[in-house]
Order: sequence, then structure tokens, then C-alpha cells
Amino acid sequence: MGYRRVAIVGAGLTKFVRRAQETGPELSWQASKMALDSCSLRLKDVEMITLGSAPDGFDGVHMKGEYLLSGAGGSNKSYIRNFVGGGTGVFAPIHGWMHVASGACDVCLVVAEEKMSSCHPTPQGAFITIFDHTTEQPLKPTLIWIFALEMRRYMERYGLTRADIARVAVKNKKNAMDHPSAQVAGEYTVDDILNSEVLAEPVHRLDISPAGDGAAAVVLASEDVAKRLTDRPVWLDGVGWNLDTSYWATKDLYYPRYVEKAARMAYDMAGIKEPHKEIQVAEPYDPFDYKELHHMEGLLLCPRGEAARLTAEGYTARTGNLPTCPSGGALGVGNPIAATGLMKVIELFLQLRGEAGKRQIPGKPRVGVAQAWGDLMQVGTVVVCRS
Amino acid sequence: MNGRVAIIGIGTEGFSPVTPHLSFKELTYCAAVKAYRQAGLHPKEIDSFITASEDFMEGYSIFDEYVPDQMGAVMRPVHTVTAEFLQALGVGVMMINTARFKTIAVEAHSKASNIKTLHDVKAFALDPVYLRPLEEDAEFLAGLEMRRFLRDSGNTEEQCAQVVVKNRGNALLNPLAGHGAKLRVDDVMASGAVSTPLKRLDAAAAADGAVMVVLAAEDVARSLCANPVWVDGVSWFSAEGNPWSRDLGVANYAKLAARKAFAMAGKTVRDVDFAEVCDEYSYKELQHLESLGLARPGEAGYLTENGFTSLNGDLPVNASGGSLGVGHAFEASGGMKVVEAVLQLRGEAGAHQVKNARTGLVQSWRGVPTATGAVAILSNE
Amino acid sequence: MEIKKVPCKGLSTEEYDKALKVDWQPELAYAWDNGIGIGAYLAALKEGKILAAKCDGCGRIMLPARAFCELCFRPTDGYVAVHDTGVVNTFAVSHVNWDASRLKEKDPRHLPAVIEIDGASKGQGILHILGNVKPGDVKIGMKVRAVWKPAGERTGSITDILFFEPVK
Repeated sequence: MGYRRVAIVGAGLTKFVRRAQETGPELSWQASKMALDSCSLRLKDVEMITLGSAPDGFDGVHMKGEYLLSGAGGSNKSYIRNFVGGGTGVFAPIHGWMHVASGACDVCLVVAEEKMSSCHPTPQGAFITIFDHTTEQPLKPTLIWIFALEMRRYMERYGLTRADIARVAVKNKKNAMDHPSAQVAGEYTVDDILNSEVLAEPVHRLDISPAGDGAAAVVLASEDVAKRLTDRPVWLDGVGWNLDTSYWATKDLYYPRYVEKAARMAYDMAGIKEPHKEIQVAEPYDPFDYKELHHMEGLLLCPRGEAARLTAEGYTARTGNLPTCPSGGALGVGNPIAATGLMKVIELFLQLRGEAGKRQIPGKPRVGVAQAWGDLMQVGTVVVCRS
Repeated sequence: MNGRVAIIGIGTEGFSPVTPHLSFKELTYCAAVKAYRQAGLHPKEIDSFITASEDFMEGYSIFDEYVPDQMGAVMRPVHTVTAEFLQALGVGVMMINTARFKTIAVEAHSKASNIKTLHDVKAFALDPVYLRPLEEDAEFLAGLEMRRFLRDSGNTEEQCAQVVVKNRGNALLNPLAGHGAKLRVDDVMASGAVSTPLKRLDAAAAADGAVMVVLAAEDVARSLCANPVWVDGVSWFSAEGNPWSRDLGVANYAKLAARKAFAMAGKTVRDVDFAEVCDEYSYKELQHLESLGLARPGEAGYLTENGFTSLNGDLPVNASGGSLGVGHAFEASGGMKVVEAVLQLRGEAGAHQVKNARTGLVQSWRGVPTATGAVAILSNE
Repeated sequence: MEIKKVPCKGLSTEEYDKALKVDWQPELAYAWDNGIGIGAYLAALKEGKILAAKCDGCGRIMLPARAFCELCFRPTDGYVAVHDTGVVNTFAVSHVNWDASRLKEKDPRHLPAVIEIDGASKGQGILHILGNVKPGDVKIGMKVRAVWKPAGERTGSITDILFFEPVK
């Protein structure tokens, strides 16, 4: 048939911190070097590189892909930056998949970097300009509005309480205590989340993952090369992505239909017919606690409106039927946007190889799904991995 | 890799210094409608879409948000690369070569006229620690590069000026061009210093415009299109990432990309009948010709002066008028060049048609402060 | 290859304040061409009207007005003024400003909402602000009406509508 299989053979990531001493290129270098070392490759073995990073406004450099390239090994290489807003971290390996599955190269380095702390007085400032400059920005919106609007719609539709949702933050922040990169791990109670400072009702401070700095990288290889480099390649068997209309106020926010479409694209490619049965570990994007639930439903991992109840029943715990965000997710590890998405893919890589240490879920999982989301409630990016 | 990849539809809207009657969405919609009609496809039938854009050129954070509607790509697989059009085209070719996509639409546009502080946007691309504090005008890098290139190659400032005369003259014959003019070398030499030796008329003025190209796998191309234009080879490279460690005399990105693109195409420089190379600054055309191997080192200026690269010469370069003549459309300028190459290879270039166009080379550069660019080899056989 | 140690040095607030930094305040100014669709939308706002576009292909009446239907991928079939009343689809009670600073205790809360406008197709909403209402009284499904700036003060902007208030 002519389809080339692509595997993840190595990974690396930095600590996720509020403000790193390292520059963007330095963070990229740290993650890339670690990824190459993990599979005993040198930069000269890498033929092509794709780097994902979210708004240039964070790092404060126009064409920041060009600025970062020296740190991502891009000098004298085929290098390109991919950018789909918050979906970038999971899209970056999809872009890498294109490089290898096409036969353009056998080894591709995928990097994801974010240095949000460069943006003063707050990285939120870079988000003002995501709204339509003519029909929305004159209203002086802030990023938190769209999450509050979406969260309320989701809660109203299914009669959920804030406590139903807060359980996700508690779970993920606890899971993250076992993740070496974690920025905001800890043992919290539902009340801690509920009583945290309100930002835009119904969103409170501890419902939100923190902005920060960090980088991650994976090495992708074609089947022949992968088998020489490792006895446990993790296959990128399904990739999917989908972008909804820019007229975001004209769709019902309670359900991320674009995540479902992206998921179906990935599941079809991977030959997955019943995701809620076949997927054994899930890393949906959780920049806000309600998002994990929203995305579980969009990923067809449970019926609509059921995610909160299943969470309360322990279904998504590390020892549950479908461990979800065993890494600790954005809520626990931190959210340097593009790096977070790739961190989730790396979590699948480690879990499927039995190398997740204290975070390892029982039962030797063989199939997992990772997902990121972004733009203005618009983009879903999904990968299905198999060992 | 499973078969060849072809361009089966092109569409443009522009290029001109201003486009006040259309928003960026409407500009792109116009280009898309034309490309899809030529391709004989409704966007619902196109498998995936790619946009090449940069946030600060649009004035948006996450410009990707604003692209699907005007491409007819709502709830479809769409992605953005912060790269030049030709790189995005290369990604489209890769996608088809995965054998999971049959048709890809690639888009880029420029609304440079809407940027009131373009100067500052360009400066914002400079390294914040090492370069920005030194100099607030990114164009200084073009001056440095020009000086180094002329010294190393032996080409002259007058020969660079001749590039301007040629290209802006060619543009008078191109209905898509916004900056056609009848100039003399003296006009360029006397146009005032920007960053010596770079003079004002050595630099292309900006233009607004949109380009959409539809790619198809060989079987679809042959069934839908009577005159597909084959993308025989495409490659992109970045040379040394930091400007201060870079060999400024040579365009290494063009050298590396050409080597890979020619190898993919199974062709050499001898097969090239015409070329569209980046001439955002006049000296770049000469530098690119030498780095691509289309001229020997030190020879590009001589070839220009003696008409070898003119419309009727042995190797017409920038028959379109290039960025100097059409206007520089930033991420879309490579798209303009692809469109030109397609028209030439179809024999549809009218007044600026070159003879015996069978294989064309298209090359792009991302501009200062980058050393990134792509090369594509296109043919009609 | 369990990952146990990860690089990168996080700075405390004190360390960050002492660290060497380079500041840059870019001058980034844009003037976007509104074009046909948004141009008509803004001109209508100046006249005290909310303008939608209709597409005979899918039958939708869409907000904001636009020159082409993005689903049918064809030009729209004309513009139509819709009502300036609607229904709250969702809302938030914001305690922060756009720069993430907190509103003071006495400041009125910001009440952003998605309002489905009457006369447009189902679900066609716009982002705007609610006013003349206590945060605790706002409900999804509440009927609201636009409160406009006086005609002489309108400039052709979304802010020609000051806010939407509950219909009594």
C-alpha cells in the first residue's frame, strides 16, 4: 500500500517553571539534547526538524521560529516551525510524522518550546490579540472570558457543579507529584480549589494551569531505523487535526465538535473502532480542569455529559479503568503551552514502554491517545500511540 | 514516495501597494475561488489545507484562528506554518507523499499595507539581547550582507542596480505586478542610502496580495487536469541560525535546498530553462543565482549586465518582475513566484512568456534576519 | 529510559528581579481594511442596526455580516438587518481587567456574554457585555436588548452598542 510507519524512539523535556533563567533557544537545546541522548543519536543523524511554539508575543520576538532554531539544532538543516495555537504541542509530532511518513527523511527531531515569562507585565497580554480586532477587541476582552463562558455553558448543559469539575484539578495536581518536571504539584482538596480566588465566575484560580517556561522534544524514526535504535518503539499509528470556524460565538460551546473530528481522523488511521474500550491511557489537554472533561467527551472516551461522574467514581485515576492525565497534566505539571502538549505525548511514550516510574499505570498499556486544543475554541490535535 | 505531485490550480488576488476594498479574508477568498475553479474542486473535496503566515504581520496572536473560513476549510484538517509559501508548498508535497492525502490547498497572503509600523515589526525579529540594542533597523543586516557579498564575489553595485532595472522593467509586462517602472542604473545609484551599500531602490517595496495553490497526487492530477505542472523537487533549509556566526557572502540555505531539490527531481542546473529567485534586495538576485549554481561565483553580475538573465536571454530570471517589480509580499512572495512559474510552464504568461519553458526553478528567502529559504523544481513534462 | 532528572533553572521572584534583562517595548500599530462584509456591518452599527448576511445555499442568516458563506463557499445573497434583542447563551462574571489586574471591590463586575440575536439563525451569537443588571440576576436564557450610544456619538464600531440589558 505504501504507508510508512513512524515511531517515537527518544524523548526529553525540561522542568516547567514560572520563569526560567534559560533563554528560549537554551530551553530548546536542553530538551533536544536530552531527546537525542536518550536514543544515542547525534545532531548529524537528524535530517529534518520541526519546532512547535505558540504565540510569538510570549517570547517577544517576531518570526520566533527563526530565533529559536539555533537551539533546536536547525542550523544547516531543513527546519520549519508549525503553529496552531494551543494545539501546537500535539500537532508538532504530527508535523514530524509528515516528515517521516512521506519518506522525506528517516529521522526527524520534533521540538516544542515556550517562554511565556518574557511577556510583561503578564503573558495574558499576548492573548488580548486573539480576539477579532474589529468586532471583539474594542470590548476589551481578556482570555479568561472565553473559558468562563465555555465552562458555564458546559456546566449548565449537564447540571454540573464546580465541585464535580474541581476533582480533576485535585487528581492531576496529585498525579504530578511524581513528575520530575512539575511546577504546581501538590495534595489539594476539592475545597482548596473551590475556595481559591475567583477570576471570572465560574473560573477560580486553582481551576487554571499556570503559565510558564519549558521545552520538550521527541525523536521520530521510520520503521527500519526505529527498530535499530530501540527494542521498544512507540508507533504514531493515528494522527488527526481539525480547525473550526473563526466565528466562535456561533457554535454551542458545550461540546468540542472539532476535537471529535480530529479524534475520528486519528482513530480511523489507527484502526480504532471503539475508543472507549480500546484506549488504555489518555492524555487530553487540561489547561483548565473542566477542559479535561470536555475533551474526554470530544475524544469519544465516554458519553457526553458523563465525564464528571466517571471522574468522581475513580474511572480516570491511575488505577482506574481509563487513566487520564497520569502525568499530572497541565494542571499539575504546568502549562508552557507547546511544551505541555508534547509532554503529554512523551507521557504516552513512557507509559507504553513501562518506563513512567512512579506514574506507571498498571496492566502494561499498549494503546494511548494524547490531545491538545487551542486557537479561539477551535482546534483539536490528536495522536494515537501504540507499543 | 508513491508517485509525482502536481499543481492543478492557482489563484491570485493582487498584487498592489494597497487593497482597501477587501479584508484579508476576502482577499484570500478571491484567490481561493480562482484556484479551486481551475482545479475543478469544491473545498469539501480537498483533503487538507496549509497557511503560511506570521502573527506580527497580521496583527493577531495565533493567526491560525482566522484562516479556515476563507479557504472553505471549516472543520477540516488545517494547519499553519510560520514559514514562507514555498516551504508550505513543500509540506503539502510531503503530505501527499504520505499516501494519506490526495489533494492539498496551500495559501499565503500579504496585507503589508495594513501594518503602520512595518519598520518596527521587522526590527522585532532581531535577537533581543545581541542585536536589537545595537540597531533599531533590521535592514542593517542587508547592508552588511550586500557589502560582504560584493567583496567576496567581485560583483558591483552597478550590477545590482541593473537587476532593479531588469526586474521593474519586466513587471511592466506582468498584469499582476504593482511596481513596474522604466528605470536606469543611475536612478538606482542615486536613490539615497538605506544601509550602505544598500540604496533605497535596491529594496523592494511592499505589496498586498493573496495566493492559493492546489496540489494533487499524480492519479488525481491526471484525471482532473489537462496541463498539470509537476513539482519534481522541493526542499527548504536554514543556514547558520545566528546572524553573527553566519557566512554573509553566500546564501547557504539556497545552496543546500537546491542540492536536495535537484536530487529529488533527478535534474541539474543545466535543465533549468528559467528561474524565479528572491530579489527582495537587488544583490540577493545575484547572490542567489551564484549560490543556486545557476551562475558561477562572481559571474552573476556579468550575466545580468549582458542580458543573459533578461526576458529574451539564455536564462530568464524573474520574468515576473520579482519582488522588486511585483512588490514584496512577504510570506506570499514565494507564492507569486510559483504562480509565475506555473503560467510560464503552461504557456500562459502572455507578454512576458519565456521561450521553451519546460523546467523552472523557484526559490524563496524569508528576509532579514533569517538565513532560511526554499527551492522548488517545476516542470510540465 | 525513565526520566528522573530534568534540566532548567527556575528563578524565584528575588532572583528574577536581580537577573540581567533586556527590555523592549515594540511599536506595533495596524490599520486593518474592513473590506466588504465587516465594512457593511460597522456602517450599520453606526445607523443603530445589527446587520447579518444571508446565504440561500444553506439558508443561514449569519452574524456578523460577511461577503461570502464559509460553509457553502459562495458569495452571500444580501444583507439583512436583524433585531437588536436576543437571548443570553452563556455569560461570565469577571473580577479581572484585560491586563490580569483585579477590579477593585467597588468596581462593577464585567459581564461578558454570548448573545444569540433575534432574527438571525439559531445559535448565531455575538460577544458583548451585559449592563444594568446585578451579576447574581443573570441567567442563561435571559432576554436582553441592546442599549445604544446616541446617534451623534456612534462611530461605526461594536461599541456603538454600550451593552445589552435585560428586557423587562
